[in-house]
Amino acid sequence: MNIQVSLDVLPELLKGAWLTLQLLFISGFFGVLLAVPLAIARTSSLVLVRALPFAYIFFFRGTPLLVQLFLVYYGLSQFQVIQDSPILWPILREPYWCAIITFALHTAAYIAEILRGAIQAVPPGEIEAARALGMGRATTMGRIVLPRAARLALPAYGNELILMLKGSALASTITLLDLTGMARTVIARNYMPVETFLAAGLIYMTITFVLVRGLRWVEHRTSAHTRARPADVAGAGPGLPAPPRRGARD
Amino acid sequence: MTGLRATALGVVVAAATAALTATAWAEPLRIGTEGAYPPFNMVNENGELHGFDIDIANALCERMERECTFVKQDWDGILPGLMAGKYDAIIASMSITEERKKAVDFTNHYYTNKLQFVGANEDDLDISAEALEGKSVGAQRATIAAQWLTENMPGVDAKLYDTQENAYLDLEAGRLDAVIADVLVNYEWLQSDAGAGFEFKGEPVFDNDLIGIAVRKGEEDLVEAFNTAIDEIVDDGTYAEINAKYFPFSIY
Repeated sequence: MNIQVSLDVLPELLKGAWLTLQLLFISGFFGVLLAVPLAIARTSSLVLVRALPFAYIFFFRGTPLLVQLFLVYYGLSQFQVIQDSPILWPILREPYWCAIITFALHTAAYIAEILRGAIQAVPPGEIEAARALGMGRATTMGRIVLPRAARLALPAYGNELILMLKGSALASTITLLDLTGMARTVIARNYMPVETFLAAGLIYMTITFVLVRGLRWVEHRTSAHTRARPADVAGAGPGLPAPPRRGARD
Repeated sequence: MTGLRATALGVVVAAATAALTATAWAEPLRIGTEGAYPPFNMVNENGELHGFDIDIANALCERMERECTFVKQDWDGILPGLMAGKYDAIIASMSITEERKKAVDFTNHYYTNKLQFVGANEDDLDISAEALEGKSVGAQRATIAAQWLTENMPGVDAKLYDTQENAYLDLEAGRLDAVIADVLVNYEWLQSDAGAGFEFKGEPVFDNDLIGIAVRKGEEDLVEAFNTAIDEIVDDGTYAEINAKYFPFSIY
């Protein structure tokens, strides 16, 4: 073991970490966009509407991420139609976009399942209350169910985000120099796998730590209604009955 | 009673140790290879390793009167695997380089290689560093081709692949303007259906790439045994026979 080697490779690994973060957040963003309609369709009472997201989720959860990545990167490029397409090929020829597309499709399946669970966990009383106030189905979904489900899904989503961070290491198999790809390229030169991977591992852990803290902060900010109100605010309130102090007493 | 037990235990331990030492001598020599580098080492439909490297390895083992077993290992972990003791020697078309010599010992060379570019037939590719600037050139990660490319042509967009086969796939897909690899591996690929639309571009760029067998540092006996065996198979024609199976010219 030579700690100096671990320190020397840090600048290059941090460049790789920047790419890893791009892959994680851009694919995460598109993943969430895709997951919302999937989850809503998944909770539909109509079998035909449920079937499509079911098949989608079944495929993306049932096959390894590496296989999906190779299907998109090496598989699609085998078709002349795609190579000749002026719209698809400029995107699909880039390993960067192939990785983002695959990761987004993959994570969307998991997020959709998490959201489905959360949507079904929204207390029926709240939905009935929304209906009683005259909200239609769409309004209830947009104003009540989804915001509530998003909060319920948050802890599980944090877990998925961290899994994707580590899953993104597979980008190194399609020539991308993400944190893992950079580490492997550095090792090809210095033959110091232990020192180099140790440094890379520490960077992954640091990113995970920051993600966990960030999510914890968001969870805290979005759960104010479950905590006790500060005494002075409660005392100076405009005569409304004090809200139930669920978090404090339960 | 206790004394008797201790003695009995001692005997068992001694016998076990003796047995272990005895098996250590008869242990087969474990050879690490990649299995994704036609025609040197590759896997057939039954998952068995074959190719030039494998034939040479078998011929050497026969000479050395050692039983050999093969261990398939991804290329970029092949040196760490040797150092970690997963196998005792690497026979996988590995170039003898100064950097690698810092980590492992090499035998004498068992074939000589060159590096050359390949590209599409219809593409009039100039392989000078200036002309290739900004172009995408593929190579296998952790190979002498990748090293040569990044050192001599820093301006090119070097794409590094886990296997040589994946680099060719991307050349076929049109993601790459050229691939740089061992001339013999390129030769084999150009002969195949996949390589039909492609050709060598320019002259070989590096022509004294000696390929040897890597062993852990300090194992002089094993290096010596391999060197003697290499000389013997070259002298008695076994080498030429294997060579002719793959190439119509000598690659020693």
